[in-house]
Amino acid sequence: MTNGWIDIKNTDMMLIMGGNPAENHPCGFKWAMEAKRNRNAKLISVDPRFTRTSSTADLFVQIRAGSDIAFLGGLIRYAIENNRIAKEYLVNYTNAAFIVKEGFKLPDDGLYSGFNAASATYDKTTWNYEGGGDFSGKAGAAAASGHAPEPVPGNPGGPAPPPALPPNVAYDLTLQHPRCVFQLMKQQYSRYTPETVERITGIPKDQFLKAVDMFTSVRKDGDMKKVATIIYAVGWTQHTFGTQIIRTAAMIQLLLGNMGRAGGGVNALRGHSNIQGATDMAGLYESLPGYLKGPVPDDTNLGVYLKRTTPTSSKPAPWDSMNYYQNTPQFMVSLLKALYGDAATKENGFAFDYFPKPGQDCSWTHIWDDMYNGKIKGMMAFGMNGVMIGPDTNKNINALKKADWLVVGEIYQDETSEFWRAPGITADEQKNINTTVYRLPCAGFAEKDGSMTNSARWVTWKYAAVPPPGDARLDQDIIAEIFLRVRGLYKSDGGKFPDPILNLSWAYADAAHPPLTQVAMELNGRALADLTDPVTKQVIKAGQQLPGFAWLKDDGTTMCGNWIYSGSWTEAGAQIQRRGTEDPSGMGVYPNWAWSWPANRRVLYNRASCNADGKPWDPDRKQIWWNEASGKWVGNDVPDFKPDSHPKDHMGPFIMNPEGVGRLFAPIGVIVDGPFPEHYEPIESPIKNPLHPDQSNNPLVKKFNTPYDKFGSPEEYSIVCTTYRLTEQYHYWTKNNPMNVQLIPEPFVEIPVELAEEKGIRGTDVIHVISARGTYTAKAFVTRRLRPMMIDGKKVYQVGLPIHQGFRGIDEDEERNARTPANLLTPAVTDPNAHTPESKGFLVKIEKA
Amino acid sequence: MSQASTEIVRISGHAGSVPGAGLNREFQVCKLVDTTTCIGCKACEVACLEWNGNTFSETTFDNSYQTMPETTWNYWNLIKFNEHEREDGSMMLLMRKDQCMHCEDPGCLAACPADAAIVQYANGIVDFQEANCIGCGYCITGCPFNIPKFSPTARKVFKCTLCSDRVAVGLEPACIKACPTGCLHFGTKSEMKELAETRAEQLRDVSGFADAGVYDPPGVGGTHVIYVLHDAKNPELYGGLPKDPHIPYSVRLWKAPLKWLGNLAIVGGLAGLAWHYMRYGPKKAEPIPPDDERRV
Amino acid sequence: MQTSRRDFFKVAAVGGVAATIFGFDLKPAYAQLKELKIARAAETRSTCPYCAVGCGVLIYTIGDRAKNVTPQVIHVEGDPDHPTNRGTLCPKGSSLEQDMLNPRRITKPQVRRPGATDWEDISWDSALGEIAHWTKKTRDATFVEKDANGRTVNRCEGISFIGGCTDTNEFNYLVVKAMRGLGLVYLENQARV
Repeated sequence: MTNGWIDIKNTDMMLIMGGNPAENHPCGFKWAMEAKRNRNAKLISVDPRFTRTSSTADLFVQIRAGSDIAFLGGLIRYAIENNRIAKEYLVNYTNAAFIVKEGFKLPDDGLYSGFNAASATYDKTTWNYEGGGDFSGKAGAAAASGHAPEPVPGNPGGPAPPPALPPNVAYDLTLQHPRCVFQLMKQQYSRYTPETVERITGIPKDQFLKAVDMFTSVRKDGDMKKVATIIYAVGWTQHTFGTQIIRTAAMIQLLLGNMGRAGGGVNALRGHSNIQGATDMAGLYESLPGYLKGPVPDDTNLGVYLKRTTPTSSKPAPWDSMNYYQNTPQFMVSLLKALYGDAATKENGFAFDYFPKPGQDCSWTHIWDDMYNGKIKGMMAFGMNGVMIGPDTNKNINALKKADWLVVGEIYQDETSEFWRAPGITADEQKNINTTVYRLPCAGFAEKDGSMTNSARWVTWKYAAVPPPGDARLDQDIIAEIFLRVRGLYKSDGGKFPDPILNLSWAYADAAHPPLTQVAMELNGRALADLTDPVTKQVIKAGQQLPGFAWLKDDGTTMCGNWIYSGSWTEAGAQIQRRGTEDPSGMGVYPNWAWSWPANRRVLYNRASCNADGKPWDPDRKQIWWNEASGKWVGNDVPDFKPDSHPKDHMGPFIMNPEGVGRLFAPIGVIVDGPFPEHYEPIESPIKNPLHPDQSNNPLVKKFNTPYDKFGSPEEYSIVCTTYRLTEQYHYWTKNNPMNVQLIPEPFVEIPVELAEEKGIRGTDVIHVISARGTYTAKAFVTRRLRPMMIDGKKVYQVGLPIHQGFRGIDEDEERNARTPANLLTPAVTDPNAHTPESKGFLVKIEKA
Repeated sequence: MSQASTEIVRISGHAGSVPGAGLNREFQVCKLVDTTTCIGCKACEVACLEWNGNTFSETTFDNSYQTMPETTWNYWNLIKFNEHEREDGSMMLLMRKDQCMHCEDPGCLAACPADAAIVQYANGIVDFQEANCIGCGYCITGCPFNIPKFSPTARKVFKCTLCSDRVAVGLEPACIKACPTGCLHFGTKSEMKELAETRAEQLRDVSGFADAGVYDPPGVGGTHVIYVLHDAKNPELYGGLPKDPHIPYSVRLWKAPLKWLGNLAIVGGLAGLAWHYMRYGPKKAEPIPPDDERRV
Repeated sequence: MQTSRRDFFKVAAVGGVAATIFGFDLKPAYAQLKELKIARAAETRSTCPYCAVGCGVLIYTIGDRAKNVTPQVIHVEGDPDHPTNRGTLCPKGSSLEQDMLNPRRITKPQVRRPGATDWEDISWDSALGEIAHWTKKTRDATFVEKDANGRTVNRCEGISFIGGCTDTNEFNYLVVKAMRGLGLVYLENQARV
């Protein structure tokens, strides 16, 4: 979330799309209800189904799963056409005025400039800003003179070097230049007319106009006082264009001036208690703690890595840009010191070579594909039920059959540890499965202390209440023990490159039982030598906890496990254990409750809550403001900004971008499939893309080649299927909990009344839902909350599939259900940016059992 | 507004002030259920089960999110779901938390023949005293809301207590505390009434529900559980909430003569006693079986 | 830090049968209220393990943290001080007691041998020893020090670690540290899916 749960109460308008917070985040959803009760805020629910969130909405619009970019693109068009945009914000805080290189081409045919069909990749040279100066009011002249496209430097020996941003960007503050970002954006979405939106999404034109009129009404006549928020979850991420859906939302919020403001932002709900923290800690193959970029083979040493990953600012010459990631060397070297301790020295590039460099996409679906193809031989799964989560459960089961060994750390008997006796595998077949499986009893949440980070970025400590049952052990003790035993083997027996194992810093008070308080302190970081602030002369002694990331050094005199957590556990104590309940501003900031990264800021980019002069857009919702007397930014939240940057210096509020401004146009391939989002169809879709039938899908999506990677045609599989959770159950966990099983006793499929009538299905009849990959069996839930839709002139049904049941659980063990996981149906195709599989909007057919 | 009967109002030979005197304290409690902000999450159902020690019972999917058709003797709190299509074709999912209404004029109590098996506290909570329950089931016929339910194993009747054990020590009922959206609210009757009316007004003026209103049925003297409904003219849409509930005529008929007879002290008393003995004999309340047996 | 509410319960419990607060008139002959089951229980502050709202929960356990008591959970409810949930919980959070006291919890290490049709018990020592041997064997067999272009990559290609997202930051950091230390590149978690 850019904002936070409680902050939702400050909003005037909510667009909830790709998420169902009333069901999946009920306690956070109270703040949406508060906004409705106390501010008369409006709620728009756009969803393939009428959900329990929709039941509280002022307006519900049923959309075809996977057509979100068409809807949001149409919204952009409507806002521009009807002047419901934040002009001052747009010019000063976004790259709307930046001029894009000549040669950049919009995707009228579904492809941006630079596409290489053979490799299915883009050359992003033209996806960049023009260098130069102020072209304000000189649109004609600039267009006439133009800028010759820079020749791509010849590089016969290898790939062209990645394009870099120009330091001095050409710009036109009147937004008239035909190649300025604003004009290009306007041109791109001019194609998303209400009629086109209706063809793609199935939303009748009048309903669409009602929805976009309601949402953009906060910026009626350009008035900046009101604020709208956009709230989403995995209904947006789980598509082969998921990142681009979210980018469209971000563009809307920039266009309407809603970013950085109380009651605004783009807010990801996030489905697991510490999914934010686990991402912050970089439990993903391509990332390092604190979102530092993971090293790749071309990073032949630390210097090369830092040169690649440390941006230089790129902006109009008179403006200022903080470009916070210029501090990447400080963050990275401090991380290497935390990982490798004394073995990380200036002389050996702080042991940069120790860190593994992946040579390919190693993300989730590739793990299963590479295991199926025999490359991966062993797997450890802790609290992660990979068979159930899929996609394509059958593929994952058959991959595990080929592994030598599997270690599962769990608290219940799960489907992954029992893959070898999944339904349909006979005892004889089990004898041919040679995988050794260890199932280790771990600790439940109440048995562990430690911190978790919620989706509002609040890092909160919890305390253990009870010991683990029986012989169950704390998860961290198990990981520590495995690591220490492997280290012991390398010490005694030697082996391949043992250095990183032998030198890994593991200096905890009890190595086999690392106290999590010590680990939390390592995340914050400490001084390894005496440090003095050159301005204030403040001294931090060697061994002391650092006050924050501003103290991190690139010379090895500091260590820090995760730079964004620096400040969480200082010499003043554990900030993450604070329990101050005061909220002086009344805006739900709670500055003394726990601690939020970065630097205890509760609303990100909050400089944008003020106009260019440093005055709040809405005096009733003051977050921070410029205090001329003290020469500082002050307020109710920690400024997410350089504290003494005078408004007249025009420093951009989006300090993490080298431009300092928000990116309507994403340059040089930071988003790999296009600088602007374009609507593509899901890989399995009932229609050809009406915008460009010859380029229906995202051109960057790749498919695997195992026998399990099959795809259905709309002729055979005509129904659009989407998957989701129910409020009564949590993922694959509470199927072990009698109370939750009582609430939803059996798996069901939600199907429209009209489809049921067509097929002769009545409510509670057992039906099969069949995709090209598998069959799911459950009872029919015949409902009017899903209706048939007209998609590009074709009648299309959607059905909905809750994901909770599998083949181990209370009901499953009593054989009260068919023991089929929902992800038997889903395809292993992913978003080229985030590598998230397309679990929403695939094709099925249904049959009565 | 009634006060607890043992609240001190005067103190003999006491020089100082009377504690609490002169305070405008109201003891009537009330649960407000705003169906327009209910998200049907069933947190109240689980919180009720957990606090009251009523655990698992088997349910079946019945083409609805609703957990079971009606409340049961060990499931006192149930959200009733109704997919409702408005005249303009738009969809509504009406969700109403069903539980004991804690009537000001409780039909169950009126119908109950067992001494002190049902009591009404000064705060309005109607509480079953299972130790005194004889399992006759008359309370079931006396309730216009179909709430008290007979347990065949315990051979007694059970229902929501409004968490009288929690309220007694100053805590809110378990369902109230759990409710994520604040659709449930707890306080004094007059304050909940005011809150409900304010919300209904907002629904009428801002949200376009012209018939929004508060459900506090006068036929049972008002209730200590009140609802805000989008459509107060059609409470039946909300899982069969009765439009104008009354204590059943049979119970009135049966109790009214007794009451009248009671006024003729001797005759009435003797007649009542004699009838009661003839009808039930010297039956004593059965002890409640141990927990395990109850949790079938 | 956890005294005020518990002290209140104590007072209330002592007042018990004679209490006349909040409109109750407890003449024992007519009505008897259940005793508050958490009146003397220890209260521990935790965070709900389910979604990312991160609700504060209070876990009530028997005993008063005296050394001679092994605590057991008797009740869970929302933490009213937590600014986000303010004491509320959803149906999953409200059933956490049953998650902790669940008879379905696995409580001993087990192994399924190649070709076996059932689990067998194994000691922690043997299980961890075997896992360490598998790890080293697979790492040594699949470790790549330099790739085809001669670039130093120092990666182990034969082992994958997948993690859930309901464990602590500190656990996640230790996993990243240990697994990257072993050279793993196939390191993924729930955030992806």
